[in-house]
Amino acid sequence: MNASILGLAWRSLMNRKGSALLTILAVALSVALFLGVEKARQGAREGFATTISGTHLIAGARTGQVNLLLYSVFRLGDATAEISWPAYEWLENREDVAWTVPISLGDSHRGFRVLGTTPAYFEHYKYAGGDSLEFAVGSEFDDLFDAVIGAEVASELGYELGSEMVLTHGLGRAGLQTHENRPFRVVGVLDRTGTPVDRTIHVSLEAITAIHVGWETGTKNPMADSISEEMVRGFDLTPRTVTAVFIGLKQPGRILSVKRSIDTYRGEPMMAVLPGVALSQLWEVSSVAERALLGVSLFVVAVGLVSILTSILTSLNARRREMSILRAVGARPAHIFFLLVAEAALLGLIGALAGVLLVHVLLFAAGPVLAARYGINLIGTGPGLMDVYTVLAVTGAALMMGGIPAWLAFRRSLADGLTVKL
Amino acid sequence: MTALVDLKGVRFTWPKQPRPVLDLAEFTVLPGERVFLRGPSGSGKSTLLGLISGVLAPQAGEIHLMGEDLVAASGARRDRLRADHLGIIFQLFNLVPYLGVVANVALPLRFSARRRAAVQGAPDAEARRLLAALGLSDPELLERRVIDLSVGQQQRVAAARALIGAPDLVIADEPTSALDTLARDQFITLLSEEAAQTGAGLLFVSHDPGLASHFERTVDLMEINRAAQPASQGESAA
Repeated sequence: MNASILGLAWRSLMNRKGSALLTILAVALSVALFLGVEKARQGAREGFATTISGTHLIAGARTGQVNLLLYSVFRLGDATAEISWPAYEWLENREDVAWTVPISLGDSHRGFRVLGTTPAYFEHYKYAGGDSLEFAVGSEFDDLFDAVIGAEVASELGYELGSEMVLTHGLGRAGLQTHENRPFRVVGVLDRTGTPVDRTIHVSLEAITAIHVGWETGTKNPMADSISEEMVRGFDLTPRTVTAVFIGLKQPGRILSVKRSIDTYRGEPMMAVLPGVALSQLWEVSSVAERALLGVSLFVVAVGLVSILTSILTSLNARRREMSILRAVGARPAHIFFLLVAEAALLGLIGALAGVLLVHVLLFAAGPVLAARYGINLIGTGPGLMDVYTVLAVTGAALMMGGIPAWLAFRRSLADGLTVKL
Repeated sequence: MTALVDLKGVRFTWPKQPRPVLDLAEFTVLPGERVFLRGPSGSGKSTLLGLISGVLAPQAGEIHLMGEDLVAASGARRDRLRADHLGIIFQLFNLVPYLGVVANVALPLRFSARRRAAVQGAPDAEARRLLAALGLSDPELLERRVIDLSVGQQQRVAAARALIGAPDLVIADEPTSALDTLARDQFITLLSEEAAQTGAGLLFVSHDPGLASHFERTVDLMEINRAAQPASQGESAA
């Protein structure tokens, strides 16, 4: 019997295709928004959490913990100050330090950040719980003007081994001054990691110094072009400063005391952060915004559900005759009640399913752009439990909302009798 | 022989109305009988049909349907009795707009196991047989949306629906008031014949005294309804 009422509910909805489709669309959009926000949040968190691994401390000039983490690991924002080479050497030579990877940021190439570092980077930088960087082709930089590029850089710019590139001073995409007199050559392409490494161009620290010969004042000296490559190679290219240092310790248990001694270094203001601690601080900051966003998207879902209520309530008057026919052929008031609840639930279910489908289509379409622009990897987030729960919750809520028009129709069908007074 | 319908001393007042709309000493329909119930607007026809079908409950009196006490029966029981034993045709707008012609005819079988059991073979086949008997056999016509049928065709679909599964009583509430004379007479003849075929009683309600000749017995509601005084004709009736 209930199956046959469900069939009636379905045909009744099909009879009002236009308004039913609009209602389904409203529910689908609201569900897609909610799931999209949720998936972006999770994707961002997972992306951030898996970006760095195996590094005990990150040292840099004194700034906020979150800020240091953001610019050194995620290439977001700029360093406000750097640490001097002697300070780096002090770190490097400490007894309790197993390895260090100095990095130097500040230049770019067609929107991709350039990172000056040492070959130790390829050995010690780990991500996703301990994976090392692997070369798809080529190898580490060897010569002064060699560059190793991330997978995204290679695919987006179409670079391969031997491609030449000119770096830009500063981080703009275009229109800024370029280091066109010192072109680089690609000697290695890294495998995809799903981290900001994919979007980074790696060169040696010395190369960073070399391309800035003649730029000591911050802009290009007119004489800079007259300094030949041979002359540059002859200079002492030891960097004066580095932006940050990744540090691995011999004994992880000493992590806090090493941090303290870096924080209180007398030579210059310096600080060290534990990546995990800085990350959880970042979550604290962002969770306020996340919760606000989640709250807003939940309200939008509520609006979608109310549209189900609206569409059924507005149809109710026009359907009094239909109800009395059903009563006349033997439908009980409970059947009328069930018919309307079933319509609401069907609208909710189809709308929610359409929303899930929509969000996955959108993620599939926009995922690569998000990954490229913001390093948020959403492509792997296929249909999950979250989708199932959302569909169940929306259908359940629609079912309960359907109770309102169902109750009205139920009362009416008792009062109307067989003949509707229209 | 148990009467199909048996009312005694029934009085019914609509909520918030000062006076009863119906006050009957007695009214019966016997099995297989074809009764014409005549009455102008406001004479309480629709109320009487609501009472017989168990959708309305009287304030006083006894109503028996198929020998069963409707007043004492629960709402669910009255719904079951209606589904199993009655076929109802309204004045207009008889059909569920989102169901096809055949599905509309087969609709009562969804709600009554008894009537489903009375149909030999598939519900759709029986629906088509009844439609054909009532002059609707064109396959193209049966595929149309019900709102695209003419009024006369709609009323015949409604008649087929009232007859399917051999109910004991068919109630027709002004089913011909929107039809012209020829279509009207044709409709009544077909309905009477089909009802006779299944042995169903027929209670045909209309304000039109000219129809009386089609029936075995005529009851004038104005005469038996003690509440229907000429002064009260302005009351709501529908």
